[in-house]
Parts: sequence; structure tokens; C-alpha cells
Amino acid sequence: MTKKDIFLNSTFTENSVWKQILGICSALAVTNLMINSLVMGLGVIFTLALSSFTISLLREYIPKRIRMMVQTLIIASYVIIVDLFLKAFLPEISKNLGPYVGLIITNCIIMGRAEAFSSKNPPVDSLIDGIGAGLGYTLVLIIISFVRELFGFGTIFGFTILGDWWTKWSIMVMAPSAFFMLAILIWIINSPKKEKVK
Amino acid sequence: MELSSFIIFLAAIFTSNILLTNFLGMCSFLSVSKEIESSLGLGFAVVFVMTMTSALNYLVYHHILVPMNIVYLQYIIFILVIAAFVQLIEIIIERFSPLLYYSLGIFLPLITVNCAILGVSLFLIIRNYSFVQSVAYGAGSGLGWLLAILALAGIRQKVKEKFVPIGLRGAGLSLIITGIMALAFIGFSGVVIIQ
Repeated sequence: MTKKDIFLNSTFTENSVWKQILGICSALAVTNLMINSLVMGLGVIFTLALSSFTISLLREYIPKRIRMMVQTLIIASYVIIVDLFLKAFLPEISKNLGPYVGLIITNCIIMGRAEAFSSKNPPVDSLIDGIGAGLGYTLVLIIISFVRELFGFGTIFGFTILGDWWTKWSIMVMAPSAFFMLAILIWIINSPKKEKVK
Repeated sequence: MELSSFIIFLAAIFTSNILLTNFLGMCSFLSVSKEIESSLGLGFAVVFVMTMTSALNYLVYHHILVPMNIVYLQYIIFILVIAAFVQLIEIIIERFSPLLYYSLGIFLPLITVNCAILGVSLFLIIRNYSFVQSVAYGAGSGLGWLLAILALAGIRQKVKEKFVPIGLRGAGLSLIITGIMALAFIGFSGVVIIQ
């Protein structure tokens, strides 16, 4: 596999969210505003890329039995960096995201990529795979939050798009709409491919 | 405002259900909810671990991390406490009750990576709960999670043989069912509110 293939594969074909249904806890929780989703996505890309890289570097030295523990610790260290960075430079968003930054640690995508890819492949490939998977995740977040923010608040990234004539759909701000949006997204993406297989 | 622990307990089950309003613990929620029995097993394991770890993490945070001024390490410490606790429980159960181990044992490793467990610990720090409130919140959240996964497992067994559009089968359908459940739970929101 070339580097480009690895990237495209982990971003689209094997997208963690819609193909493997991983990491959707945070995908649902932060998508009420686009800016939150963007920051969250960047945080995940950073953590995913660097932890994949590190785990791959150390893959020869980590004992098999305790590898989950070691991986979790590596991931947690990078999450702390993200958290401290957000607290220092973007305190407002850090407050909005609340515990969800910390929950990047238990985001199954990161563990999933660590287990499936970076514990078997060289560091540079793992780095690319990590960035790809992170971008795929961010893409899903942005799509969902675009719809939710547009209909729920009438804004995009905080700029008013739909004026006063627009009746805000308060359902879009509340929890259930996140479930529905993700379900619809998965439905749209999975439909045509399955028919071709038939 | 000081909330009574009982209100926090109730609110954690119904009005701010950890799964339906905070979206935590979705991964195992979707993958395990195929059958009622295994959902029940995992659910009870979650209730137990969540109650205990929220107590442990409260003590660790307020009596070790704060005095030593290393609050920024909370993520690492919390996840270590959770993992160590789960491992310990696994060993104890295996030793004393093989029967329980076989029914509950396979779910225990899953729990370490269940984000709801870590989420509860983080929430109780952010919301500044007292010790009793924290335990009540942990127990309530666990029960709320159990309730949600049982409901989903029940509904999924009913719809198994019905016609569902191909792209929607599996995860898509579960998400829509969960969404409808979340809508129903909004009905509770007038009763008690915690943040």
C-alpha cells in the first residue's frame, strides 16, 4: 500500500465513524455548534496522529500482555497536552467541551487504530493513518454540526445565515437530533454500496 | 445551590441520563445490545463499577491530586484507577465466584474503555459534588445506563424480523431507536434538573 492509499483508506473507505461505528460518543455530544466540532476534531487528529506514531515507534518494546495499559497511558499524555492547550488559549471553548476533551482517551477510534494499524506498521505509515482517521472523524463531526447549527441556531460558525424570519428548531439543539442526524448519515452512506454488492 | 443526593440520583437516571443526554458509553451500548441477557450482564457490571469508581476517583482527586497540586494529571490517574479497579474485581470474582465470573467476566475488560465510566468521574469533578453526591451520581448514572441498554435490547429483539431498509440495518436503526428513546426521556425533564 502506498502512503496515499493508507490515507484515503483510513479517511473514507474504512472511516471509523460510519463504517465501524466507533468513537460516536463524542461525535454526538459536541456537534451542536460547528466551532466546538472543529476544535474537537483538531484535538482528535492531534492525539490520534501522535499516539499512533508513538505506539508504532514503541511497538517492538511493549510487552503483549500490558499493551492496552501502555497505549492508554500514551494516549492520555497527548490528551493532557490538548487539554492544557485549550485551557490556555481557548478557555471559552474548553469550557463548552467540558469533560469531552478528557474523554478523547476513551474514544474507541484511537484504541481501534492503535490495535488495528499502528501496532503492526512502521511509524510514518501509522502517522499518516492516524491523520487520515482523524480527518474522517472530523468530517463526520462537521457535517452533523453544520446541519444542527444551521437549523438550531440559524448560524454557521456563529455568523447569522438565516435571519429573523427563521423559526429556530429547538429540537436540533437537543440530544435526540444528534442520534437522528448520525443515523441518517450512516443510512445515506451505506445505502448505495450495499445495493451494488447485490 | 446544594442539591440533595437523592435528587441527583433520580436526575442521573431520568432527566440527565448519561447515555441519552450526554451520549456516553455509546460504543458498547450499540455493540452489546443485541440480546437482553448480555445487556443485563453488562448493565449490572457498569452499575457496580461506576458507583465504586466515582467514590474512588472522588477520594483520589480531593485527597491526593488537589493537595499535591497535580490536578492536570487527572485523566491519567482516573483511567489508571478505573483500570486497576476493574482488574482487581476481575481477580476477586474469578477467585470467589466462578459462576458470576462466567456471566459477568467477559464484560469487565470492556468496561475499562467505556467512556461513561470516565465521563462520570470527570462530571463529578466539574460539578463540584460532595462525596455522597458523587456516589449517588455514579449509582444513578449506572442505573440510567442499564435502563437505556435494556430498553434498546428489548426493542431490537422486537424489530429483528421486521423489514428495515438495507442501509439502515444495524447501527443506523439502533441510533434512530435511541433517538426516539431520548425524545421520550425529555418528557422527564420537568421533574428535576441538574445542570
